[in-house]
Amino acid sequence: MSVLDNREEATKMVTDYLQKKLKNKTKFYLNDFYKVFPDDKPRQVKKFVNSLVTDGVLEYWSSGSTTMYGLKGAGKQHASEGEE
Amino acid sequence: MAKHDTPLLDQLESGPWPSFVSDLKRQAEIRAKNEEGVEFQIPADSCDDLLGILELSFKHGRTHWKHGGIVGVFGYGGGVIGRYSDQPEMFPGVEAFHTMRVNQPAGKYYNTEYLRSIMKLWDFRGSGVTNMHGSTGDIILLGTTTPQLEEIFYELTHNLNQDLGGSGSNLRTPSDCLGSSRCEYSCYDTQALCHFLTNEYQDELHRPAFPYKFKFKFDGCPNCCVASIARADMSFIGTWKDQIRIDQDAVNKYVEKDPAYPANAGAHKGRDWGPFDIEKEVTDLCPTQCMKWDGKKLHIDDSNCTRCMHCINVMPRALKIGKETGCSILVGAKAPILDGAQMGSLLAPFVPVNPDNDYEEVTEIIESIWDWWMEEGKNRERLGELIMRQGFQKLLEVTGIDPMPQQVEHPRTNPYIFWKEEEVPGGFERDIKEYRKYHQR
Repeated sequence: MSVLDNREEATKMVTDYLQKKLKNKTKFYLNDFYKVFPDDKPRQVKKFVNSLVTDGVLEYWSSGSTTMYGLKGAGKQHASEGEE
Repeated sequence: MAKHDTPLLDQLESGPWPSFVSDLKRQAEIRAKNEEGVEFQIPADSCDDLLGILELSFKHGRTHWKHGGIVGVFGYGGGVIGRYSDQPEMFPGVEAFHTMRVNQPAGKYYNTEYLRSIMKLWDFRGSGVTNMHGSTGDIILLGTTTPQLEEIFYELTHNLNQDLGGSGSNLRTPSDCLGSSRCEYSCYDTQALCHFLTNEYQDELHRPAFPYKFKFKFDGCPNCCVASIARADMSFIGTWKDQIRIDQDAVNKYVEKDPAYPANAGAHKGRDWGPFDIEKEVTDLCPTQCMKWDGKKLHIDDSNCTRCMHCINVMPRALKIGKETGCSILVGAKAPILDGAQMGSLLAPFVPVNPDNDYEEVTEIIESIWDWWMEEGKNRERLGELIMRQGFQKLLEVTGIDPMPQQVEHPRTNPYIFWKEEEVPGGFERDIKEYRKYHQR
């Protein structure tokens, strides 16, 4: 059984992982989430991570060419650029 | 009267070509006059401020756009590219000036009613500035504010039967040529395949799925009007397996300079290029020298033909593509971000394009490549770069395609062949005693 089947636990694993890194960075590549779920196929992880965005746990950030994920509201928003 | 002085931009209008500066000035004037009485939902002077901020960037030699941010509408991870200005006080009209990508119809077929409805919506809720089309093929709507995004999306999807395109680390909007709808060269129905894959991979198109962008493009024949070979991570180029069909009577009509048989279907009629010479213009230009004209008959050695299309283009009434058609799949093309620009490499020389089995042969290859790239690709690494890093041999392994001569670009330039133990009869272990029977120490 995959850990992704237990939605609550899997969500906690993601938020814990991101919280732990919050000091250094707030935006993550999709690849980073593969490390949280090393036993699952990338496609399953992708589906799960995207569903967390729909649920409002995570949010996207995009440069136009690349997309990253972060905890909702974490890190710099467009209005500030490293001032806080 | 323009809101900002733009002496540096004005210079761009002085050249012989149509100028985006003139277009923007015209649009700024239209919005200022607003003769149609549109209730603009974003600042009316957005185009004026767009010109102003660009002038300032030219003056400062640096951009005044911030990098990235907002991505899309609810449920989507692409289709909107957030753009914010760092000079909102000077140019409030472009404080937020997001781009929306709208998925163009296959083959870019529109009717005027559709185009008018799109423009009505965009004049109302956006800047009215468009880019028809972006290099991915989408209709690009340039410049709107955050509150308008959901409104526009609702109108597009509910009333205009229209979806957003791809951006970010998504599958980008698939794009194709006119294909068999209008072109006799088309070896498969590009629009049908483009439409099918767009629907099939909706999740990948709307929600980020990959280490970086991924593009499909579909060309009906090797003329490659969409330039898929240079621009798509995976390009599907029409081809045929059998012989070029020759109508020898028509070939002779070209040679006899019959006015009903102009070379290149009359495409170069604007100038006198002298009388048609089949040897100079056709057979001598064949890249593989597989053609011969004996004065009466044209001979083609099809086994050496590389499907360059030159002879067919020059004599379209005499030569036709073969009957057993399908597509070649090439992979790894990209623009020069890392490692320079790269053209696609041939992976599958001939794949049947069969709608009856939901293009199974095509989707199998796509999904095996995605699985590999999603697992092994580094952040912001395009498929072409992964192929360079891990080798074409690895790509063949993951797709289960056997190596074949068509995949070799330059024979005998690389002396290294990497064999795996299971590929070598008897493996790598040897019986030293048996060996010493024949070889002294």
